[in-house]
Amino acid sequence: MTDTTQNTGAVTPISSLHTLDARTKRRNAAENRFKLYGMIAIGIGLLMLVTLLTTILSKGTGAFTQTFVTMEVELLESKLDKSGERDLEKIKKVTTFGYAPLIKTAFEKTVEIHGIETDLKSKTMAKILSKSAASQLRNYVIANPDQIGQTIEFRFLANSRVDGYMKGRVTRDSIANDKNITPAQLDFVDQLIEAGALKKTFNIDFIIGADASDQRPEAAGIGVAMMGSLFMMLVVLALALPIGVAASIYLEEFAPKNWITDIIEVNISNLAAVPSIVFGILGLAVFINYMHLPQSAPLVGGLVLTLMTLPTIIISTRAALKAVPPSIRDAALGVGASKMQAVFHHVLPLAAPGILTGTIIGLAQALGETAPLLLIGMIGFIASNMPETVGEGLLSPNSAMPAQIYEWAKRADPAFYERAWGGIIILLIFLISMNTLAVLLRRRFERRW
Amino acid sequence: MPLSWLVLLVLALAAAGYFIGRIRVLKLAGGDIRALHSLPIYYGTNVALSVAVPAIAVLLVWLLAQPTLIERSVSGMIAPEMIPEGSNLNLVMSDVRRVADGLNTAISGGAMSLAEVEAMDATVVDVRARLGELGVALGQDVRPEVLAAAKSYRSAAVTGNTLRTLIVLALAGIGFGISFSKTKPDYRARNVVERAVLALLMAAASLAILTTVGIVLSMLFETINFFGLHNWRDFFFGTTWAPNFRGDSELSILPLLWGTLYISFIALLVAVPIGLFAAIYLSEYAGPKTRAIAKPLLEILAGIPTIVYGLFALLTVGPLLVNMFGQSGSLGLGWMSGATSVLTAGIVMGIMLIPFVSSLSDDIINAVPQTMRDGSLGLGATPSETIRQVVIPAALPGIVGAILLAASRAIGETMIVVMGAGAIAKFSANPFESMTTITTRIVSQLTGDGDFASPETLVAFALGLSLFVLTLGLNVLALYIVRKYREQYE
Repeated sequence: MTDTTQNTGAVTPISSLHTLDARTKRRNAAENRFKLYGMIAIGIGLLMLVTLLTTILSKGTGAFTQTFVTMEVELLESKLDKSGERDLEKIKKVTTFGYAPLIKTAFEKTVEIHGIETDLKSKTMAKILSKSAASQLRNYVIANPDQIGQTIEFRFLANSRVDGYMKGRVTRDSIANDKNITPAQLDFVDQLIEAGALKKTFNIDFIIGADASDQRPEAAGIGVAMMGSLFMMLVVLALALPIGVAASIYLEEFAPKNWITDIIEVNISNLAAVPSIVFGILGLAVFINYMHLPQSAPLVGGLVLTLMTLPTIIISTRAALKAVPPSIRDAALGVGASKMQAVFHHVLPLAAPGILTGTIIGLAQALGETAPLLLIGMIGFIASNMPETVGEGLLSPNSAMPAQIYEWAKRADPAFYERAWGGIIILLIFLISMNTLAVLLRRRFERRW
Repeated sequence: MPLSWLVLLVLALAAAGYFIGRIRVLKLAGGDIRALHSLPIYYGTNVALSVAVPAIAVLLVWLLAQPTLIERSVSGMIAPEMIPEGSNLNLVMSDVRRVADGLNTAISGGAMSLAEVEAMDATVVDVRARLGELGVALGQDVRPEVLAAAKSYRSAAVTGNTLRTLIVLALAGIGFGISFSKTKPDYRARNVVERAVLALLMAAASLAILTTVGIVLSMLFETINFFGLHNWRDFFFGTTWAPNFRGDSELSILPLLWGTLYISFIALLVAVPIGLFAAIYLSEYAGPKTRAIAKPLLEILAGIPTIVYGLFALLTVGPLLVNMFGQSGSLGLGWMSGATSVLTAGIVMGIMLIPFVSSLSDDIINAVPQTMRDGSLGLGATPSETIRQVVIPAALPGIVGAILLAASRAIGETMIVVMGAGAIAKFSANPFESMTTITTRIVSQLTGDGDFASPETLVAFALGLSLFVLTLGLNVLALYIVRKYREQYE
C-alpha cells in the first residue's frame, strides 16, 4: 500500500498522479455517493409528484363518464292524467311513486324488444336505475304535459353499483354482503350491455350539475360548488386587488422610514405565515358571530380569503414596484409631475404585469384553500340550487370546490371517492390554467431594465 | 332603503359630482385651462371624493356599531331570572333576532300591519303559529319577554336603518355642497386630492395591522370567556382531552400538542433530508438545464392544494400503509388497524413540505459567497467535502431558519391531518396509531352544532390562540435567524 510505504519513509515513492491511491479512491467514492444522495432526493421528489398526478388521473377520470340506460317509456295517460284534462295542477299531484310503474313497464318492453331472457321481476330490474329516475321522468312530464300518451326515449342514470360494475369498482365477489344489488341483477346488466341499451358515456352533469344526497352518488356534480368558488373569487378580486395595490404603493413609494412602517411590514410578513385555519376562526368570530352575515355564504368565504390573500398580493406587488427603476420616477419628477402623478401615471402602469401575475397566483392559492371554509360552514349540506342572481350567489348558502371535495371524501359510499378525485381534476385544471396564464403574462410583458 | 341602494346612490352622486366639478371649474375659467391651478380632473375628483369618502366611511362604522349597540340595549330588557334553565343570554338573544326577523318579513311582505305587530301579545296569540303561517319557521314557542324584546329590537333596527340612510345621504350632500362651493380656478385641487389619496393608501396599508388585531382580539375575548368557564390549569397542564357536550369535559391542550408535534416531526423527518439534498444538488451540482426542469417541477408540489394531499393521505397512502403493516398486510405485522395514523399524515405532510424546504435552502446555499467554495476547492477538497465542511456550516443558521419555517407550516397544517391523522387524543409513541392535532380539534369543535357559550366550543378559540402564538413565535424566530445570517454575508 502506498500509505505504508510513505509512512515507513521509503526512498522511492511509488505513488503517482496516474494511479489512484486508496485514500483518493475513498474520497472519490464519497464524492459520488454524496452526488447520488442528491439525485435520489430529487428523484424521490419527482417520483412523488408523478405518483400524485397518476393517482389523481387514474382514480378521477372515471367521474367524467357515467352509466346510462336508454329505454322507451310510454307516458300512460291512465297513470299520469286520469281526467285527461292536461291540468298541470292535477298532473303535479302524481308523486314519483306514480311514475315507478311506468319504468317497470318500460323494462318489460325493453326485455321483449331485445329478446333478453331473464327470470328477474320488473321491480328488481328497475332497481338497477338511480333513485332519481322517477323524478327525472316526472320533471319531464311536468315540463311537457302535452307529451302524455306518447312513447318517448329516455336516458336514465344507472345506480352507483351498476356504474361501479362498469368501471370495475364493483365485482360479483365484492357485492356478497351488498343489499343494493344481486349477482342476478349484474347478469341482467350484462345482457343489457350486449343489447346496447346500457352504455357508459361522457357525463356533462358531473361538471355542471348540483350535488346529490348521499344515497345517489351517480347524480352528484360539482357545478354549483364551482359557482360558489367563482363568487368567492369575485369577492377576493374586487377587494384584495385594490386594497393590496394601494397598501403596496404606500409602503413602497410613500411610507416614511419610522416605527409605524416597520410594524406594518413585520405584520404583513407574519400574516403571510399565519395558518389558514386561524383566518377561518377570525371569519367565524367577526363576520358571522359579530356582524351576523349569513353562514355558508360565498361573501363571507370571499372576505376570509381576501384577508388571507392580501399578504401574498402585497408582497408580489411590492416586488413589481421595486423592479421599476428609479430613473422613471426621476424623469417624471424632472418634467414637473407630482410624486403622486409619477407613481400613478408612470410607475404603476409599468409594474402592472407583475402585479397581475402576483394577483393571479394569489387567487389560485385562495381557490384551493379549504380549512377556513370548513369553519364558516361551507360544508355539511347539499349544495343543490344554482344561484340565479348575483346577490343570491353572494349571500345564499353554497359550497366551494375544495369544500365539496372534502364533503364527498367524508361520505361513506366509495362511489363518492371517485367523484372527489374527479373534483380534484377540475380544481387542478383551474389552478394549472391560472398559473400558466400567470407565467405567460410574465413572459409576454416582462421587461428587463 | 336597502343597503345596496344606499351605496349605489352615494356612488352615483359621487360620479355626478365628478362631472359637475369639472364642468363648473372650466366654466368659471372661461374654458381656458391655463387659468386653473390644477388640471380639471382634480376638481372633479375632489368633488367625487368629498361626496363618497366621508359617507362610505360613516356607513362602514355604522354597520359595525349598530348591531352591538342594539344588542346591548335589548339584552338589558332580559333580566337574568328570565333566562330558562340550561340556556343563556346568547341563545335567548339569537331567539330574539329570529323573531325580530320574522316580524320584519311579516311587515315587509304585507301580511301584518305595523299596528298589528305592536299590538301582538304573546300571552294571547300563538306567535310561532302566526309567523309559521307567513312562512317564518321558529324553533320553539315565543315567550312574552322574547316577543317584547324582539319588538324593541325590530323597532330599534328600523329606526337605526332610517337614521343611517338619512345621515349618510346628508353627509354626501354636505360633502358635495362644500366641495362644490370651493371649486374655483385658484383652488389647489391637486394638492387636496393627493393628500386624500395618500390617506386612502395609508388606510389600506394599515388594514394589515387591523387584521392582526382582529385575529388576536377575536380569539382573545372568546379565550377569556373560555377560561371563565374552564380552569386554565386544566387546559395547559391537564393530560386528558375528552370533550363532552353534556358538560363536565376534560379539555387539555397537551395531548393535542403531542399529536401535533409528533406528526410535524415525522413530516420534517421526510421533508428535511429530501429537501436539503435536493437543494444541495440543484445549487451545487446540477447544470442549468437540469435546474431549469427539476426546480419548477418540484415547486409544483408546493402549489397543489392541501385538500388534494388530504385525499391522497386518506385514500391512497393510508390504505397502502395498512396493506403493508396491517393485520393481513404483506409484512404480516399487524401493527396498524386503520388507515388514519401519525405515519400517514406525517409522510404526506412531508411530501408537501419538500419544495418548501428545498427552495428556501436553495436560496440560502446560493447566498454563501463563491470565494469560500473556491478557497476550499483550491486547497484540494472535493466538492462534497467543500459542501459538508464549508458551505453547510456557513449556511447552517439559514437552514435552521428554513426548517423552523417548515415546522411552523407543519404545525398549522389542517386538511392533511383532518383527513389523515384520526381523532383520538392520547400520548403514545406508536406512529401506527391514529392521533389528533390542535387544528383537527379546532375544526371538529367549531363545525358541530354546539352553541357559542359552552366550553366545548369556546375551547377552539383557546386552541386557535395557542396555535397562533406557537406559529408566530416560530416564524419570528426563523425570520430573525435568517435575517441575521443574510447580514453576515452582505
